[in-house]
Amino acid sequence: MNDMFVARSERVAARKVAGEMVILSADDSSLYVLNGVGTAVWDAADGRTPLSAIVDDIICGEYDIDRESAWHDVQEFVDALVSYGVLRTSAEAIRMDSTPSKSQASGGV
Amino acid sequence: MPVGLNTTDTSLIKLLEKRFGRFLSPDRIPAFTFDINVVSDGTFDPDADLQVRGANGRWTLRRGDFLAEWDARQRHGWIRQTLNPYAIDSVLRIVHSLVLATEGGFLLHASSAVRDGQAFLFTGPSGSGKTTIARLAPADVTLLTDEISYVRRTAEGYRAFGTPFAGELGESGENRSAPIAALLRLDWGRDNVYDRLTPAAAVQALMRNILFFADDRSLTRHLLDTACDFAARVPAFRLAFAPDARVWNTIA
Repeated sequence: MNDMFVARSERVAARKVAGEMVILSADDSSLYVLNGVGTAVWDAADGRTPLSAIVDDIICGEYDIDRESAWHDVQEFVDALVSYGVLRTSAEAIRMDSTPSKSQASGGV
Repeated sequence: MPVGLNTTDTSLIKLLEKRFGRFLSPDRIPAFTFDINVVSDGTFDPDADLQVRGANGRWTLRRGDFLAEWDARQRHGWIRQTLNPYAIDSVLRIVHSLVLATEGGFLLHASSAVRDGQAFLFTGPSGSGKTTIARLAPADVTLLTDEISYVRRTAEGYRAFGTPFAGELGESGENRSAPIAALLRLDWGRDNVYDRLTPAAAVQALMRNILFFADDRSLTRHLLDTACDFAARVPAFRLAFAPDARVWNTIA
């Protein structure tokens, strides 16, 4: 299981609405709604925190889930968001031009 | 928002009077004025899709039946169109959607109606029942529109206004307004069932059904902000409804 870094795309606008993240893609105006766990991953996807730390500290720390299942689910979630173009991943830390606050746009749209 | 329309073409004036009858108010001072020239069929490519382009408050709108320019800051524009009532209808939808986007409002694919002083918005894609629910409304209900709802933020909250933009009923709504009590996302059902939508799901329903024509990122972001604000203030439900008059027993 290779570790990786995840970062929010700069080509989306994201707003937190009653604890759920709503993400609007600039490229095709698609809209995605993340549940609580997805929102926690999104908030932590700062390009500097390894995915293993997101799973261990944030997901396993806050939710009652075993590490193996959490890894599986989070990787599937990250793969999906990468395919939609709203997250990106890298083996190295990713520098983000703007670090949005949790309720603000991450620019782009 | 009154819009002034100047034309010397008597055939067009008759068409517009018929289409916008209840919404004509010649005594009000217009927020924007358009000069309209009627041109012959064949001036434009009739198959051309709608294009809306703009920068610095100057917009160019074109389609197979019209070419228009609008300068938001000069509060003035012009329209060259063939003789039909739909060109001006489209220009007005676009202009209103652009103005509303900057002011915290929107045009929504939704029928809307007022009962006991409260407005209800019924949204959803084509075929979800917007026109059906409008058609089933009992006599004490005032229809604002069966097609395009006009929503504006006011100091007291969100308010729905009637529009002349007609859908299948072919009739414009009443020219009045009321505070919005609820947003209902329609589905067909065997019985009338309400499920509360989360605010995020309400944002999703709004963003899918808001009319917006311009490829303008800052306005799109502004619309997302408006949808989030609306969802935080106005309760939203999924309404699966059986297509008969009983559904109105549940709306008040």
